[in-house]
Amino acid sequence: MEPTTKAFSTAASRALADVRLQQAHEVVYNGFHRARISAAADTDEWEAQRTLGKAIKDHTIANLDYYLEMLADNVEKNGGKVYFARDGQDANAYVRSIAAQNDVQTVIKSKSMVSEEMGLNHVLEADGVEVVETDLGEYIVQLAGEAPYHIIAPAIHKSKAQVADLLAEESNTERQETAEQLTRQARDMLREVFQRADMSVTGANFAVAETGSIVLVTNEGNGRMATSMPRIHVAAMGMEKLIPSVADLSAMLRILIRSATGQRISCYVTMVNGPRAQDEEDGPEEFHLVIMNNGRDRLLRDESLREALNCIRCGACMNACPVYRKVGGHSYGWVYPGPIGSIVSPVFTGLKEGHKLPAASSLCGACHEACPVKINIPRMLLELRSQTAQGEPDASQRASGLGERMTWKAWRQGMMSRTRFEAGSTVGKLVTAPLQREGWLSKVPPPISGWTDSRDFPAPASKSFGKLFAERKKIDQQR
Amino acid sequence: MNQDATVETPRRVNLFVTCLVDQFMPNVGMSVVNILESRGIEVHFPSDQTCCGQPAFNSGFRNDARPVASRFLDIFESTEGPIVCPSGSCVAMVRNFYRDLFRDHPDELARAERLSKRIFEFTEFIVDVLGIEDLEVNKDNDATYHRCCHLLRELHIDEQPSSLLKNVEGLNLKPMERDEVCCGFGGAFSVKMSDVSTAMLNEKLDNIQATGASTLIAGDTGCIMHMQGGLRRRGSEVQVVHIAEMLDAKSDRGGSS
Repeated sequence: MEPTTKAFSTAASRALADVRLQQAHEVVYNGFHRARISAAADTDEWEAQRTLGKAIKDHTIANLDYYLEMLADNVEKNGGKVYFARDGQDANAYVRSIAAQNDVQTVIKSKSMVSEEMGLNHVLEADGVEVVETDLGEYIVQLAGEAPYHIIAPAIHKSKAQVADLLAEESNTERQETAEQLTRQARDMLREVFQRADMSVTGANFAVAETGSIVLVTNEGNGRMATSMPRIHVAAMGMEKLIPSVADLSAMLRILIRSATGQRISCYVTMVNGPRAQDEEDGPEEFHLVIMNNGRDRLLRDESLREALNCIRCGACMNACPVYRKVGGHSYGWVYPGPIGSIVSPVFTGLKEGHKLPAASSLCGACHEACPVKINIPRMLLELRSQTAQGEPDASQRASGLGERMTWKAWRQGMMSRTRFEAGSTVGKLVTAPLQREGWLSKVPPPISGWTDSRDFPAPASKSFGKLFAERKKIDQQR
Repeated sequence: MNQDATVETPRRVNLFVTCLVDQFMPNVGMSVVNILESRGIEVHFPSDQTCCGQPAFNSGFRNDARPVASRFLDIFESTEGPIVCPSGSCVAMVRNFYRDLFRDHPDELARAERLSKRIFEFTEFIVDVLGIEDLEVNKDNDATYHRCCHLLRELHIDEQPSSLLKNVEGLNLKPMERDEVCCGFGGAFSVKMSDVSTAMLNEKLDNIQATGASTLIAGDTGCIMHMQGGLRRRGSEVQVVHIAEMLDAKSDRGGSS
């Protein structure tokens, strides 16, 4: 997917002005966010479960090479093939070659964010292959020609009427009204594709190193259909998505599903152990696992950002984030929106290009609080702000302007001496004295002029605390 | 609560009043002084203090923040006893974020580590260190409380302000929807991404006004400036006060006693 992270501010302003979108965003707080909170409250030792999840991921990432090798060995033992892809282009080339070798006409997909990174659908379509998403939300955004809006609920921004229009147009059948009718309509449309697809591409919520299995968590059963019906199954995963053992899997599923939707368990949890064995009746003839890097090594190398690789893609940080709830998923301009997206997107697509994303946060910490593996997202946003403001360690990634840098230099000068600190305040008082009303200003100059677009700004107090306190001490002493 | 809290009641504390209180809301600092002195605690104000470095740090300008933070260490290292500060975000800066700011400066890192054990947010100090949950103050008013982000999620200070407020005689505390959600301040964020910040603020102001309370209480000056500035622009009469003002019997802010 082509990143448009640079255009964050314009996209955000557009979303803010869209009344219908703003209403649609409410469901992430009222629905998902509240559901997660009550699921956590109903779970014994929730905090300990999070700590365990974090420990499992910390351990895996610290020994990533070891577990990746174990995973690859075991997938091959199970009869599957493993391909380590450097980036999206490399991964696409591999998937295209499988499709070409097998004369594949139709590919069905079960939700995969990695395939969004690859931009796989368009690449296969350019080769003349029909590609159909089978997760209902993904199917809707595919029909609309859009990118997913949220990693768990891709079409959360679409109204029922919009969905009805899209399905009616695609199916050339009558426009349906109710949610139930629409679901049935989509189901009928997808069933037909499931039956003729010769290849599937799925993601992987987890890969289990000790068994060589991949695990899919779905609520619609499309994951199971996609992994069992077509002749060829290709699973694509980021190289961080593995865990050591099946025992770890139970711990991770417990926190993933509760954090994503508030369910105790999703309707389906599918474990795939490679292609159909000789004594088995069902399953694909071929199984391929594509393990993609695509910039993840940059996170791995940077100790201050490595924790981002612990992410299990539950979406809880998006649901908790008051910024996401205002600007929506598309403003972030790449595959992963919200707080975790504001870390991984700029790292994957270029810090300078994506520097607005880490800036788009009030550092309120709701993401850190919600994260099932306790990723300290605010801390990493601050780290990225520093890397882009100062151009350290990489000068080519500096995104701050001269004016901004001079402003902070001046601020520093002011704060390095109490005399200058007081003097700054005195100048502020003098300048604003004729303009203030009841101690407030309705207009302030740059660089803080943005404040008074919508808020009054306080005029400096007539006496600083330092002065008030000194006066009081004097009076106390005179007594 | 800070792990190494002084067990014995201190006779003297050092006040880190913060740059925003110092320059914009000095009465908040005076209320802190009033409350501490009313408990027989002497307040020392190191008069050279300015800022902890948070604004530049949050904007990514660590090289500008570092000397200011280092100066903060110098000033408060020369004092003894607890440091009290009426701001969650400034305490969080010292306690949580100096670790990142001084990551490659082992000497200052160790000094910051030591100092962070001496610094307490105002309500944390009253409840956890002094062991006081009732400041025996009377304010007749309808008010609501906004749980400021850094207090709540960086420092996990939530019960302390809430017990202190619960014990204010005459204060009718009205529950607010989404009281844990950010007001959209975020320092430079409020200026750099003014429209996103404003959208967050508007949601907050709607929730404040829906309570019907005449006063909003909060624990961090930046958030207070932000919400009060927004309420004024809306033409609302709601007063936003710092929790120290509400708990100060000598202050008429937050209701008549």
